[in-house]
Amino acid sequence: MIEWINSIVQGVLTGGLYALFAAGLAIIFGVMRLVNIAHGDLIVLAAFVAMVVIETAGVDPFVSMIAVLPFMFFFGYVLQRGVLNYTLGDDLLPPLLVTFGISIVIQNLLLEIFSADSQRLNAGAIETASIKLAEGIEIGTLPLIVFVVAVALIAALQIGFSRTRLGRAFRATSDDPSTARLMGIRQRHVFGLAMGVSMVLVAIAGIFIGIRTNFDPALGPSRLLFAFEAVIIGGLGSMWGTLAGGVILGVAQNIGAKIDPGWQILAGHIAFLVILVLRPNGLFPRTRDE
Amino acid sequence: MSLLEIRNLDAFYGDFQALFGLDFDLDEHETVAAIGANGAGKTTLLRAITGMVEATSDALDYRGDSIQSREAADIVALGIAMVPEGRRLFPSLSVEENLVIGGYSGRPGGWSLDRVYELFPALRNRRSVPGTALSGGEQQMTAIGRALMSNPELILFDELSLGLAPVVVGEIYEVLPAIKAEGTAMVVVEQDINRALEVADRVYCLQEGRLALTGAPASLTRDRIAAAYFGT
Ligand SMILES: Nc1ncnc2c1ncn2[C@@H]1O[C@H](COP(=O)(O)OP(=O)(O)OP(=O)(O)O)[C@@H](O)[C@H]1O
Ligand SMILES: [Mg+2]
Repeated sequence: MIEWINSIVQGVLTGGLYALFAAGLAIIFGVMRLVNIAHGDLIVLAAFVAMVVIETAGVDPFVSMIAVLPFMFFFGYVLQRGVLNYTLGDDLLPPLLVTFGISIVIQNLLLEIFSADSQRLNAGAIETASIKLAEGIEIGTLPLIVFVVAVALIAALQIGFSRTRLGRAFRATSDDPSTARLMGIRQRHVFGLAMGVSMVLVAIAGIFIGIRTNFDPALGPSRLLFAFEAVIIGGLGSMWGTLAGGVILGVAQNIGAKIDPGWQILAGHIAFLVILVLRPNGLFPRTRDE
Repeated sequence: MSLLEIRNLDAFYGDFQALFGLDFDLDEHETVAAIGANGAGKTTLLRAITGMVEATSDALDYRGDSIQSREAADIVALGIAMVPEGRRLFPSLSVEENLVIGGYSGRPGGWSLDRVYELFPALRNRRSVPGTALSGGEQQMTAIGRALMSNPELILFDELSLGLAPVVVGEIYEVLPAIKAEGTAMVVVEQDINRALEVADRVYCLQEGRLALTGAPASLTRDRIAAAYFGT
């Protein structure tokens, strides 16, 4: 019994990381209806950027965020203003194709520069530290930190969306882009900022992946899939939905792995499909969808 | 003094030309009505002013400066606000947020949430519901309040009375003098010709994308207006 509870607890913690993958994807889909196929590869890119920063500056992965987060924000803004804005329109296909292309370019560049070797960001003693909750339930300090950060970020995003000027601009643009322009909202700029925010989440997720597990240039597409599943399970109505989606996915994977180690990923997909059938709009659907 | 001066305006939706060589003038503090049958080009004229449709012209000047091919966001910041056809409130924003976002451009001026609620007391109690939960009249009030929040010098009203009960239309039109008293110029696009003629200092009648008739309401006879409107 206790082993099952342990699996669930570990799954919840993993789910925090998945929620981070998903939040960045959900924001840009919500604001500009862009499905970013390169999202997973951008996470991996961020992990490599962090690796370079850590090696050149000789800092801790957490400290590297000081440089990596602003860098990725800027990168996202420029990518949006310089490339992705030109792909957006009535047709959903161009942004799909272009981000697919970006995905392939990132993978190959990383492969070229860093080789296919597995990498890891070294965070020191914290990696192995753990807290004992009860007999048979021990949680890693690092997974706990990741989870707490994920929840805090999602709360911050939710507040940002609902209470700030930029949040209102995001929602208005998402509702009705042309009327939003009549309010004085500069759409291209707002899209750039949305991608920038998404890339900050990507950077945090990338660094956490790098500390928690190994990463290599080919890891992106599977992270994209987890992010997608978490977004769809959660629905697009609230950032809390993305957290729920991530947690459900994490728990399903851990329970699957408990049954049979080979079932980890499959169990996640099954949970995803079951929820898709029962609640096609996810657990927290948007109240109004055109 | 001239606020808006438009010369030889053509407007296009792709290959389709919706306006042909239109001339249009508006003085400071003036209220002008634009009337015309369905598809005459009234909305397109407002869109051309706000930078929302592809247009060419010899002049599209606001306070003597060209606003031709300026971004919509710049035009709001210059002081031109639109109350669009169909209200177009943002469904994910509450009534109050819809009003607040009207002031997004940060243009300074005398309008505030409180003053909008004074003008439309009905909105105060409904400030936290989604814009789409309102009645048609309340939605129109919110759309007008949203435009006022940008502290405009010129408001473009598209189909103010469309789809509203006569009593409600009366209520909406009652606030126009208060807005005018702020010194705000207005362009009122209206299907209800009598309403339009009541508030307007001058009338423009469009027909199939061309100017058919213009003048002060008092100088125009019913027959001339009918002829310009229906193209008989
Ligand atoms: N988005 C669009 N794409 C193509 N054609 C359009 C578009 N919007 C309007 N038109 C066409 O342009 C012409 C002028 O339309 P406009 O909307 O300006 O007329 P209107 O006078 O506002 O009419 P209404 O009283 O119906 O609102 C019409 O022939 C219309 O079919
Ligand atoms: Mg119209």
